[in-house]
Amino acid sequence: MYHKEKSIQIKSSASALYNNLSVLRIAPRCLTYFTVVHANVVNMVSASWDGLNFSHRQLQSKEGNIAASSSLIMQASWCVLPSRELLVLTSQKGIQMYESDGSIMVYWHALDNPETPTAQAVFARGIAAVRENYICVGISSGSVLVFDIPSKGSNVMLSEVLEEHRDAVTDMASECSGSLEYMADLVTADDSGLLCVWKSGEDFQLLHKIPGFDVSCSSVKLWKGTVAAGYGTGQIRIYEAVTGIVHAEVNAHARWIYSLDIAPFSGLLLSGAEDSLVRVWHLTMNPDANSVEVEHLYSECITDTQICGAKFCDGDGYAFAVTGYDLSEIIRYTQA
Amino acid sequence: MSSKTLPLLFINLGGEMLYILDQRLRAQNIPCDKAKKVMNDIITTMFNKKFLDELFKPQELYSKKALRTVFDRLAHASIMRLNQASMDKLYDLMTMAFKYQVLLCPRPKDILLVSFNHMDAIRDFVRDTPSILSQVDETYRQLIEMYTPLSGGEFQLIRQTLLIFFQDMHIRVSIFLKDKVQNSNGRFVLPTSGPVPFGTQIPGLIRMFSCSGDEVKRVQFRSAGNYSSALREGSFEMYGERVIKLGTNMYSVSRPVETHMSGASKNSAQHTKVSTAPNPLAKEELNLLARLMGGLEVRKPANPDSRFRVNLFATDEEEEEALISRPDELSYEVINIQATKQCRVSALLKATTTGGEFRPVTYGYKGSNSNHYATSNSCEYAHIEEILFGL
Repeated sequence: MYHKEKSIQIKSSASALYNNLSVLRIAPRCLTYFTVVHANVVNMVSASWDGLNFSHRQLQSKEGNIAASSSLIMQASWCVLPSRELLVLTSQKGIQMYESDGSIMVYWHALDNPETPTAQAVFARGIAAVRENYICVGISSGSVLVFDIPSKGSNVMLSEVLEEHRDAVTDMASECSGSLEYMADLVTADDSGLLCVWKSGEDFQLLHKIPGFDVSCSSVKLWKGTVAAGYGTGQIRIYEAVTGIVHAEVNAHARWIYSLDIAPFSGLLLSGAEDSLVRVWHLTMNPDANSVEVEHLYSECITDTQICGAKFCDGDGYAFAVTGYDLSEIIRYTQA
Repeated sequence: MSSKTLPLLFINLGGEMLYILDQRLRAQNIPCDKAKKVMNDIITTMFNKKFLDELFKPQELYSKKALRTVFDRLAHASIMRLNQASMDKLYDLMTMAFKYQVLLCPRPKDILLVSFNHMDAIRDFVRDTPSILSQVDETYRQLIEMYTPLSGGEFQLIRQTLLIFFQDMHIRVSIFLKDKVQNSNGRFVLPTSGPVPFGTQIPGLIRMFSCSGDEVKRVQFRSAGNYSSALREGSFEMYGERVIKLGTNMYSVSRPVETHMSGASKNSAQHTKVSTAPNPLAKEELNLLARLMGGLEVRKPANPDSRFRVNLFATDEEEEEALISRPDELSYEVINIQATKQCRVSALLKATTTGGEFRPVTYGYKGSNSNHYATSNSCEYAHIEEILFGL
């Protein structure tokens, strides 16, 4: 179904972090941007669609007044809003927001860090752009910060702090179908496997809590009112967001899942795990029966690699990209 | 990242170090009483109460350089001496072994079982010495208290922190290459077969449900792997069957250990990239652990003849050659021991030394250009017996 393309080399290897690959497709300029986190650095590479031109940039974590810090970055992700696109970095010290090409830092939010390290680690992780003007970011305490983003400029405001999770936030996702008909706008996940489903607004509203089963949920997507969640046991579960009804359970991987992605136009689901496997599935909605069918389409083994990032490069799922721990390349596949 | 990583890193690396030293002491036919003294002295130092109290405090991981200094001192806590090249090789082996164990752990929580495997072996090394045994038992209790309540997600964070520490290390180890657990490019083999981790199902099944919760369809898919059911869970108690084999002693007298320097990462520029940001601990200031380690005086014997040198290589010539040809990017840049003379002594440090005053450890070293060890005219032990052994 897919064949391997030429890999893109990156300046340093990928760290073992959840969802360690972000992709931004810039159609007007025939470019795709990729970011991969390495310790305290984000590697950005811009690739032209003809495969001939690549340019690289590195961003570093920030700490107080120090521009280049050794504090570790947990995640980097593009947030696509109607008015603008921002690149968000979350680290042990805070949250950095840049213009989408990484050229200018637009906003910096420092986390409350205790003087001496505490038993509970402090970091930010989990990033999602929600609706018109919100960017949400998770914290190790379980809090979710909601930022109000102006259509241009740097006047970002912290609008709300959502306190439902009691364990460290792992990932979050907003409704990616492009349709307004679904009530749920955002799903947030944590280390206990708890999923919280929200409706955005001036005050975010908690619609439902889907309980965990004491297994960390490391990656989550929301599409057509349906949650796809990947767990540390290697299982993928499909839920109806607002009710928490389980549509499907997939014994997908033999190790911890690190990344999920959905191609919104085709309903393809991509999963990558520590077991070296990337798998492509298809989700079929049956609105009449209120059920979802899951079909396995394709598997690829990236030999001797623990996968840490897997993302589709386009809305149809025609191509996808993969990163692995200790690998200094972005591996790409395209439909045959 | 996790502030609970350092104890696991230290204990597992220490355990690997003891396995390797035990093998070398036997391979070089060091007399039984001397060998035992070395092992006991190192284990006593490793599990010193003040040292462990500091180790178990919540803190960020040390830099590679800072941690290497701690192990340099630990390796020299007794009458045994190691040259620079042998110490480098020892540290390479220790770190690659633990990197392998962390990578291959079925579940992040199994890192604790790996740690218990090392602890079980250490307990066995000192089973005849009750005083040290009680220190080891106390450490078990501390490990159990700190780590057994942690969730899978918190263990994964510890694992991710460790993997960042080991990032880009691809030193080839002969015993790993022979056993086919490492490729010739230095990367470890990740099997796609064998038992699944405890708590995981064998991949292959898709179950679909109606909105009332009844299972309506079951489909099997080809999983492109060859997995079997999980083994039973290992014990997290002080005594028990650990089940996992990672962290048990893979060396024996007949299996020599060599490393290949040329197996370093092709893009060696990557090594230097990570450390561009200033890390306070990477500077010349000794960290507290290293100072504590250096201050722990094990009674030095009055007779300098009891000291001896252990070689991690087959011959002295090989050892010297290894020192000269070690690639720059793999240099650990050990903090010069000479610098310790100028260090201010902290109150805590004073409390740990027997004489109440920090006496710097000095070495005399015959005929080497190495500047990593201080030479001192007032050194008590002017002669170090160099005992040449072949394999």
